[in-house]
Amino acid sequence: MSDWITAWRRVNVDWALLVGLLGLCSVGLMLAYSAGGESLPAARSQGIRVGIGLLLLLVAAQVPVGWLQRLAAPFYLLTIILLIVVDAIGAIGHGAQRWLDLGPLRFQPSELAKLAVPMMAARYLSDRALPPTARDVVASAALALLPVLLIAAQPDLGTSLLVAAAGLSVLFLAGLSWRVIGLFTGLAAAAAPLMWLYGMHDYQRQRVLTLFDPQRDPLGTGYHIIQSTIAIGSGGFYGKGWLEGTQTRLQFLPESATDFVFAVFGEEFGLLGAIGLLLLYGFIIGRGMNIAMQASDGFGRLLGGGLMSTFFVYVVVNIGMVSGVLPVVGVPLPLVSYGGTSMVTLMLGFGMLMGIRAHRKLWPA
Amino acid sequence: MARRHQTIKDPAAELRLFRRRVTLLLVLMALAGAGLLARLSFLQVVQHDRYATASQDNSIRAEVIAPARGVITDRNGTLLAQNVSSFSLYLTPENVPDTAATLAALGRLIDLRQPDLERFASLRRIRPRFEALLLRRNLDDTEAARFAANRHRFPGVELRGDLSRHYPQGALTAHVVGYVGRVSEAELAQASAEQRATDSTGKSGIEKSYDALLQGRVGYQQTEVDAHGRRLRVLDRIRAQPGTPLRLDLDVDLQRAAQAALAGRPGAVVAMDPVSGHVLAMVSEPAFDPNLFVGGIGSEDYRGLLNNPERPLTDRALRGLYPPGSTIKPLMALAGLASGVATADHHVWCPGWYTLGNSAHRFRCWQRHGHGRVDMRRAISQSCDVYFYDLALKLGIDRMHEQLGRFGLGARTGIDLPGEQAGLLPSQAWKRSARKAPWYPGETLIAGIGQGYNTATPLQLAYATALIASRGRTPPPRLVPAPLGEPAAVPDRLSQVSAEQWQIIADAMHAVVAPGGTAFRALADAPYSAAGKTGTAQVFAMSQRADDRGRNVARHLLDHALFIAYAPLEAPRIALSVIVEHGGSGSGTAAPVARQVLDAWLARTGGS
Repeated sequence: MSDWITAWRRVNVDWALLVGLLGLCSVGLMLAYSAGGESLPAARSQGIRVGIGLLLLLVAAQVPVGWLQRLAAPFYLLTIILLIVVDAIGAIGHGAQRWLDLGPLRFQPSELAKLAVPMMAARYLSDRALPPTARDVVASAALALLPVLLIAAQPDLGTSLLVAAAGLSVLFLAGLSWRVIGLFTGLAAAAAPLMWLYGMHDYQRQRVLTLFDPQRDPLGTGYHIIQSTIAIGSGGFYGKGWLEGTQTRLQFLPESATDFVFAVFGEEFGLLGAIGLLLLYGFIIGRGMNIAMQASDGFGRLLGGGLMSTFFVYVVVNIGMVSGVLPVVGVPLPLVSYGGTSMVTLMLGFGMLMGIRAHRKLWPA
Repeated sequence: MARRHQTIKDPAAELRLFRRRVTLLLVLMALAGAGLLARLSFLQVVQHDRYATASQDNSIRAEVIAPARGVITDRNGTLLAQNVSSFSLYLTPENVPDTAATLAALGRLIDLRQPDLERFASLRRIRPRFEALLLRRNLDDTEAARFAANRHRFPGVELRGDLSRHYPQGALTAHVVGYVGRVSEAELAQASAEQRATDSTGKSGIEKSYDALLQGRVGYQQTEVDAHGRRLRVLDRIRAQPGTPLRLDLDVDLQRAAQAALAGRPGAVVAMDPVSGHVLAMVSEPAFDPNLFVGGIGSEDYRGLLNNPERPLTDRALRGLYPPGSTIKPLMALAGLASGVATADHHVWCPGWYTLGNSAHRFRCWQRHGHGRVDMRRAISQSCDVYFYDLALKLGIDRMHEQLGRFGLGARTGIDLPGEQAGLLPSQAWKRSARKAPWYPGETLIAGIGQGYNTATPLQLAYATALIASRGRTPPPRLVPAPLGEPAAVPDRLSQVSAEQWQIIADAMHAVVAPGGTAFRALADAPYSAAGKTGTAQVFAMSQRADDRGRNVARHLLDHALFIAYAPLEAPRIALSVIVEHGGSGSGTAAPVARQVLDAWLARTGGS
């Protein structure tokens, strides 16, 4: 018996973080059941994904940070190759291509980039004295930009945004100078019109326009926004109650289980629930940042901080788009949206975070 | 791993930098989170009502459940109007991708007429897109089968079992019962929910006057639908209330007997119960098949009915205006008695004609050779015109107007049917205002024998007869017995007539059917005691059209034959009026019709 206890103690898990993640996963399961039309199969397969995710988390948590640091470069290279392959297949097929079909396994290389980019950036920058020099900034920015462009070309605006956020946040945490931040903000502002004219697909432009006036195309791109704001708004302060969300369960809301799951949540649990959910996300991010700050080395710190920043961008972009303040881009609500790929990468990320915690400095920082 | 760069790291400074940046990020994150919360508060608190309404509109729909129309039966429960199931085609615009194309394709399968399409188009303008709108009613089996086989080609179009009106008695009760027709495009905007739901409204007869009762109340069900308009579940249902069944006091067998008695001649028979005022039979010949009108009559059928010279669409019993002729003589006699200008014993010498003052014009009696000495009884039984010329002169036109008006002439009886004509009971004032001319004394004379300006409907004559039979106590005629309609009030307008005076008239009318009376032959061997009065009306009222007259001269020159009667004498149970258009004499044509009707009623209800 005591053998079991010591064995269990050796298993590296951050209980606070785990409880927070399990909380999110439970919300996801409830919503999968509700949004799927009280469908047990939908909830069950989501449950299986959560189980697999937790398993991966536990495994990843046992991996020493040093291994991650050494794996960063080859993993990054593999990701780039896979992204190029996907883009090539997409070009041949004259359409969007995000998936790699490996027989029975359908696999999205852009998801790998969400881990590979912060790992690679952390690896590159932690090797150097911080704050980074101009050369380091350009180099690490290029490392991040390459997969971002490859993903944007698929096209997958949502994921490329998240990957860019991962790379930029690592740079920011590494001490990117305010002058450079100001410069790039200015450049981005200047580039926006050019981006609008040449860099965006029609449907992407539509989505941005729709944001400002959903009624301009109520049955097309505006439909999601109109229906999701109706769902959220009709939820009120207390919500309609679990399984009582007529709006979503009556299929007025497309993608109610995946990217738009927050509309279901808002309708059924109201503002009160939304505050609770945001606090839960805040708790997880806070805990994650705390772990990052206690990391024993620069790589762990930057990787942990980068992962948490990406996680945060996930939340803000998703809720912002579902509630109609950000353009519709395909970003799931982390750990809550129905679906497997992002669950896997997120759980792996949190596993890495727990691994970083195992190697925290034991003296108070 | 070997370091490739010669950089001097300062771990403490790097940690401080990292912490500053993390703190900064956390502040930014908190701000962003607060921004999201502000947005959510706006949606869920500030604008909650608006979105709650939008959400309701999205998912809850009210559907109409059409009520079954009340059936109409006769006094024995025989169905006069019933509901039979039929197929109807409905289209829900929201679920039809291209309505015009769908209608065109449907038109190749099913006979969609112009009125159907016009009606649908106007429904589409006023009804919500998600409501199933009636496109075509009464599909026959072939059409229903053809649609069913092609159903997959028509999303948003559905075949539904509906109830449609059927009149099992056909033409026999067409004028009384009336018919329902489609709610017309003009009526659509004002139509009640019931009328819109069933697409039909009473157009004539009982169907029209009791439409509100017969319609019933529509039910509603609240249905939850998804974004595709698919019905998911019924949340709430208010059942449709079927229309009130109406049981008339009419007797189909008596109606049939009356129709048979007319034997295809244009005319009318109205029979009433003098005690209750209920109509027992009301026939107008020729009639039409009301079933043609249900769901919209074809224009060819309709033109045929409209252009028929015998005008089957006109309800002669209610709207036919005939000079009452001699049938008003009993009323004249009562008027004379009641106003004290005549007594039963008062007598007049009838040489076969009458002159007014020192005018040379001779007002003729129908009996060329004259009746000789006539008292009131003989004047009625033999229908002496001279006696009534004299009486009319004594009464004067205005007193005649007033006294005869008490029997309901010149005014609508107020029967519970639409479109009743009032007839005309002339007076000096009437002539001044309507004809811009003074009243001439000669006109008083011919008014005294029911000619001249006088016109009355068969219904008015039947009611006047019922009032004689009941000695003034018959409530106004009605088809649906009280208390479903307003309770009938017994008029007291004839209270001035004494029992003796009533008796004098009853005896005189009994003498009409007794040996020596004008209708003796027709009612001689009747197993019951009856009272009656013959009449013959000069033709002008029913043939208003000049070209009509020109074509069928011989027949149109014949007088209308009239007869009023009641029986049994002692306790009258039926009072009636008969008009046979161009039938010649009342005694020869109308009285035998009355005889058959009286027989049919009294034989069966045990008249002694």
